[in-house]
Amino acid sequence: MKALRNVFDKIRPNFEEGGKFENYYKAFEAIETFAFVPGHVTHDGTHVKDAIDLKRTMFLVVIATIPALLFGMWNTGHQHFLALGQFTDLGAGFMDKFLFGATKVLPIVIVSYAVGLGIEFGIAVAKKHSVNEGYLVSGMLIPLIMPVEVPLWMVGVATAFAVVIGKEVFGGTGMNILNPALTARAFLFFAYPTKMSGNMVWVSTEGQATVDGYTGETLLAQSINSSTDYIDQAGVAYGSVSDTLFAAFMGWVPGSIGETSSLAILLGAALLLATGIGSWRIMLSFFLGGLSMSYIFNLWGANPFMNVDPWLQLAMGGFMFGMVFMATDPVSAAQTNTGKWIYGFLAGFLGIMIRVFNPAYPEGIMMGILFMNVMAPLIDHYVVEANIKRRLKRTAVVA
Amino acid sequence: MSKTVKIRKGANIKLVGSAEKTTSDTTLPSSFALKPTDFHGMVPKLLLKEGAEVKAGTPIFYSKSNERIKFVSPVSGEIAEVVRGAKRKILEVKIVADSEQKSETAAPVDFSSFDRAKMADALLDAGLWPFIKRRPYDIIADPTEAPKSIFVSGFDSAPLGADLNYILEGREADFQTGMDALSKLTEGKVHLNIQSGSGSFMANAKNAQVNTFTGPHPAGLPGIQIHHIDPVNKGEVVWVVDAQAVAIIGRFLKTGKFDFSKKIALAGSEVEKPQYLNTWIGASLDSILKGRVRDGDNRIIDGNVLSGNKLSEDGYLGFHSNVISVIPEGREPQFMGWLAPNFHKFSLSQSYFSWLMPNKKYRLNTNMNGEDRAFVMSGQYEDVLPMDLYPVHLLKAIMTNDIEKMEALGIYEVAPEDLALCEYACTSKTPVQKLIREGLDTAIQELG
Repeated sequence: MKALRNVFDKIRPNFEEGGKFENYYKAFEAIETFAFVPGHVTHDGTHVKDAIDLKRTMFLVVIATIPALLFGMWNTGHQHFLALGQFTDLGAGFMDKFLFGATKVLPIVIVSYAVGLGIEFGIAVAKKHSVNEGYLVSGMLIPLIMPVEVPLWMVGVATAFAVVIGKEVFGGTGMNILNPALTARAFLFFAYPTKMSGNMVWVSTEGQATVDGYTGETLLAQSINSSTDYIDQAGVAYGSVSDTLFAAFMGWVPGSIGETSSLAILLGAALLLATGIGSWRIMLSFFLGGLSMSYIFNLWGANPFMNVDPWLQLAMGGFMFGMVFMATDPVSAAQTNTGKWIYGFLAGFLGIMIRVFNPAYPEGIMMGILFMNVMAPLIDHYVVEANIKRRLKRTAVVA
Repeated sequence: MSKTVKIRKGANIKLVGSAEKTTSDTTLPSSFALKPTDFHGMVPKLLLKEGAEVKAGTPIFYSKSNERIKFVSPVSGEIAEVVRGAKRKILEVKIVADSEQKSETAAPVDFSSFDRAKMADALLDAGLWPFIKRRPYDIIADPTEAPKSIFVSGFDSAPLGADLNYILEGREADFQTGMDALSKLTEGKVHLNIQSGSGSFMANAKNAQVNTFTGPHPAGLPGIQIHHIDPVNKGEVVWVVDAQAVAIIGRFLKTGKFDFSKKIALAGSEVEKPQYLNTWIGASLDSILKGRVRDGDNRIIDGNVLSGNKLSEDGYLGFHSNVISVIPEGREPQFMGWLAPNFHKFSLSQSYFSWLMPNKKYRLNTNMNGEDRAFVMSGQYEDVLPMDLYPVHLLKAIMTNDIEKMEALGIYEVAPEDLALCEYACTSKTPVQKLIREGLDTAIQELG
């Protein structure tokens, strides 16, 4: 450690005012503070400070995504081999599946981080502000909500769009209105819809011959036609709705890389809730919002999609991922506690509504959350206004 | 009707080195200082020059805004130096104390028949007025105003806070006299707020409404107590007096002696034997710290670790504080410190393990534990601020200098110290207290 400290101390003058690379100070600072929590001390105000900082906060979120990432790698391989009719048993070919998935997923992760962090560092250096840790999380979330067959250059373009238009134009992390990761996905969805939806993008078949009955359809796509009969990628029908629910909950179904396994996502949620970093208010209200919309659709029952079992409805697609990792983004969510209840509930509610009503693309969670991101300041505004009125009333009572 | 208030939000930060209930005497130091900087926003006008002889109780300067608000010397001696800072702002008036103490003469004050104005005059004349602060704005009270109530907090809930019952032991009568005097200053009530279960002698105080508080820090802060008992609305004024200051006022009124001795707690992990000390307002720290503090790079704080003022080792005890806290500086960079488990660090968030060890005491240092960032996390401030207002929105209104919003969001109700825990808890290391102070200063200018 001492040696590393010495290296930093030695090269530091080059980056300080008057040094050769003074313009790159912020980049140096980002790396130095990553290695060492600086020895800065408080001056005025509170003399002691809480041990928490943004680096730890963001890193804990990254750790929370790891179960979903690892599962996503395995599942990418699993779906691939299933479509080809190999290793059709869940337990079979674990390493083959995992390694296949890793070769598909890791490049996406690398592109996302490289492009995103590159832009963050560039802007930090140009505008002389500190590199914010927010992208550590966005950089992981972007790959997890991509279909596995997305071309790498699209990941790069989407990331650049998300970082620049979604975040930096507003002033960087903390100032953005929309969730950057969802911005990346929404960008691709509208710019290149054929690469983000349909039946060709969820399973990586690499053009090899697939088994009879393979469709590449996700459970969501199948729900348009029937709320009871589902098949897996090998063309084998699930025995019952509860079998489908189990598969969807465990996550061995096609879908975006990290979104399929509710179980893996809930492991992450457990960490976020235990550390208090993810808002339980948002997660719970989001869940209740989605559940109530699902039940309402059940009562309505005008088409097969409306009749989908509410629990299956929530286990499918991006609902759980959106609930745990997307809606809870503290910057783009509502900031007041009351606002969080409203925001979360409506995001879940609208997410399921858009999912069922939108015939072209059977996933609406992204839209639900983005829409509520835009609405969050409005919700907060009314919550704060109510507080102001309440406190004004106090005078009226006294007077 | 006395009230019982349960504070649910907030946190106790448990630090090593709280003062034991024993008292040592300190010798009268040779050097004293009266610091105008202890009174925020007050512009001093000097009455005496360097070299002038003073007695205990001799006015040294007065407030530019009201010449009747006088600041008197705590000891007899000679004005040695007027220390000035930028723009010739007076920072300290240093006094070299005589070995034999002389005081200005005054008679005991029988104030039983006094009205508000007369009572105020008595305190103004004696130089005791600066003990009275006002809300809004957390500045010295204006004697011409009529406060709707007066608040005295009977306990200090801050980390390493002094036990006011112990400090006032033996001075109960002085305290009561002080309370009697305060009750003359307002048409409304004098609220004396005690901690439930503390067995405080204050529970039987007369001429006051005794309210009971339970819950963690900041329950002991007058700002929080005012908010729950008699909140400040636009156009209203509430006064605040420290409990020991009440006893000092009472002592003067009873005896007519200018006596600025007080008892303080010397606490913190770097104090050899944390305990209480008898000393004087403005005493040089040397007389307090010498031989009592461990060697090393220490932070000496006039007040508590959350909202006190940083002092240098050759500094002086402030006017208001009942505690001197001494903690280590934290200038050592820590390798991957943001990732390490850090069992020795305390966090209100659950991302460290401290929440699993609620009774552990910590030796915290002054490290920032991170860098300044924009607001990212939400809900952290609300969890430690037992006030019905939205602190982040208020801070943003202050940052954007939006006076109307500041007013609506509750600038009248807050003092910097009320939000000190928010500043402590902040992931983004936002200087909350400094911002609140800026907001208050803007409000003073714009709204008066």
